[in-house]
Amino acid sequence: MPVKHIEEYRDREIARRLIAQIHAASRKPIRLMEVCGTHTMSIFRSGLRSLLPETITLVSGPGCPVCVTAQREIDQFVALARREDVILTTFGDLLRVPGSGSSLQQERAAGCDVRVVYSPLDALALAARNRGKKVVFLGVGFETTAPTVAAALLSARAQGVSNFLVFAAHKRTPPAVAALMAAPDLRVDGFLLPGHVCLVTGTRAFQPLVDRYRIPCVVGGFEPLDLLGALARLVAQIEAGAAVLENAYERAVTAGGNAKAQAVMEAVFATVDAEWRGLGVIPESGLKIAEAHRALDAEACFDLSVPDVPEPRGCACGQVLKGLKIPTDCALYQKTCTPMHPVGPCMVSSEGTCAAYYRYHGGEGA
Amino acid sequence: MKPDTILLDHGSGGKAAHRLTTDLLLPVFDNPMLNALNDGAVFHLPGGRLAFSTDTYVVDPPFFPGGCIGDLAVNGTVNDLAMCGARPLFLSVGLILEEGLPMADLERIVREMGRAARAAGVQVVTGDTKVVPRGAADRIFINTSGVGAVPAGVAIDSSRARPGDRIILSGTIADHGITILTQREGLAFQAAIKSDTAPLNAMVAGMLAVETDIHVLRDPTRGGVGTALNEIAEKSAVGIRIHEDRIPVRPEVEGICELLGFDPLYIANEGKLLAFVAPAEAEAVLAAVRRDPYGHEARIIGEVTADHPGRVVLETRIGGSRIVGMLTGEQLPRIC
Repeated sequence: MPVKHIEEYRDREIARRLIAQIHAASRKPIRLMEVCGTHTMSIFRSGLRSLLPETITLVSGPGCPVCVTAQREIDQFVALARREDVILTTFGDLLRVPGSGSSLQQERAAGCDVRVVYSPLDALALAARNRGKKVVFLGVGFETTAPTVAAALLSARAQGVSNFLVFAAHKRTPPAVAALMAAPDLRVDGFLLPGHVCLVTGTRAFQPLVDRYRIPCVVGGFEPLDLLGALARLVAQIEAGAAVLENAYERAVTAGGNAKAQAVMEAVFATVDAEWRGLGVIPESGLKIAEAHRALDAEACFDLSVPDVPEPRGCACGQVLKGLKIPTDCALYQKTCTPMHPVGPCMVSSEGTCAAYYRYHGGEGA
Repeated sequence: MKPDTILLDHGSGGKAAHRLTTDLLLPVFDNPMLNALNDGAVFHLPGGRLAFSTDTYVVDPPFFPGGCIGDLAVNGTVNDLAMCGARPLFLSVGLILEEGLPMADLERIVREMGRAARAAGVQVVTGDTKVVPRGAADRIFINTSGVGAVPAGVAIDSSRARPGDRIILSGTIADHGITILTQREGLAFQAAIKSDTAPLNAMVAGMLAVETDIHVLRDPTRGGVGTALNEIAEKSAVGIRIHEDRIPVRPEVEGICELLGFDPLYIANEGKLLAFVAPAEAEAVLAAVRRDPYGHEARIIGEVTADHPGRVVLETRIGGSRIVGMLTGEQLPRIC
């Protein structure tokens, strides 16, 4: 699968011009938040921070779906993994996430049948081949992942694969951004909105937020030039005292988004209040399986009650996710919390803020 | 009648084991030392220093585009010896077979080992075969050990990188690791990528012929170029600076890495080397690498600095810089 188009968005000369433009325009010190783990990774991988003026601080928001999955849900995943009648299927990032006492990786090592898949359709195929077992797929992710999980579930019904179940722990992005904007202690001057999410939801999902909270927002893509272009527009807005929603990822994102993906989500999921690790409960920010598909809902089919365990002490993930702290402000960072032994969720996923800091900002030996 | 799968009998030391040795292994590896079927091989060596190395191969799946566990096992030990600057001479082969392994698979793997040994100019002079019950191993595991002769004046060591040294990379990275990944169950990419498994001893001989004093040689296998460079930076107590736009990655491989969230700098290679050479000799050594059939795409990807000792810094395509750390844990595919 050739990806020749990528080079066009990494051109050094165009980058140089955009960087010069940002340096010339940026006067007052500002804090900009990217709300997407893939943005966080791309910023680190391209070394973008080293090119920005000192006036601009980039902070990472709650954009990694694994990171914001509640500890209680991880404990429920572990409980599912321990069932003899279950083959648990998951995206790889979730394996290392610590629950209160164990992780899926530890359960797999202890002999539980936990398998990494790259698509929920692979899990569905596995279910079709293993009719004697319940194959449960862990639906973790934002609007980017939820449609494919919904499609797999509808496909399972159409094919009559009744042993395929989904545990839906999906999250919706706009309510989380709204919760951040509404927070009295928010220290963010502008938001870089997630291009992949907007591809599905359309920019219109975020318009009411900008109208209400009057904070500059720009939708950005993921290549270095996409990021620089979006940042330049954020700086221009802030310096001009504007606060509007702009789309700097027009080659992919429209106002209305992907109607088909929205429809399939609508058909399968119900919107619920959801707990975000580090942020607490955010109204209407979760997607659970709708009543009509109860037969394929793992939460309805199994007793998954787990004890309430408080989240680890000293972990600053909540403040990191809100942009109040950077990873190096946390007392646990790099001491008791490392990618090999993560304490907080931001260290677990490769897209988590703390893991990205550790990897690209001189973690070990620093 | 010849059985079509491996049975426990084939490891018994009895008739079936003897037949396996005489009918399959001896004809493939054919040489007087092995054919003598003594408990060990006795051979003359040129005077001077010897290099000795061992590695064990458990790759899943055993057959993959570009090679199989057989040629991988030969090339791997040949390359480990070559990275010491040695001329590989003799190998041992230990086979651990799972009961039920199709005989045709074993024959194919052994033939590939024979072909790889001839291509690298080494002889398999001793070996061993064990068969374990079904489930006690995954089809086939192979250990190879080897000895090689180190020419006088060669002093390759990962502690010898010096500020100013140029860093040569012999070709595209991440081909092997991504090939294996895409072959595993559940990943069906239709991309024409293959493992880069290849012997590098002729390349190294060509390099040493133009410059005896190569400071460091490494084949960046597991952990990839990123991990190998970190180890060298640490052992030599120097900084390393590499340039993203000079590191060759096949577009298909880069595409899969983008899709799955992998960094090609940490993906395994099985037919590539990194060489650290003083600046005055760098171009001549690079030319020697490029003359080798496996080195046409070689580039100078960076240099050694006195700054930031122990650290590897990457200059990105857009001119930014970032640290390339050690890989921690398994690289896991991202989910969004």
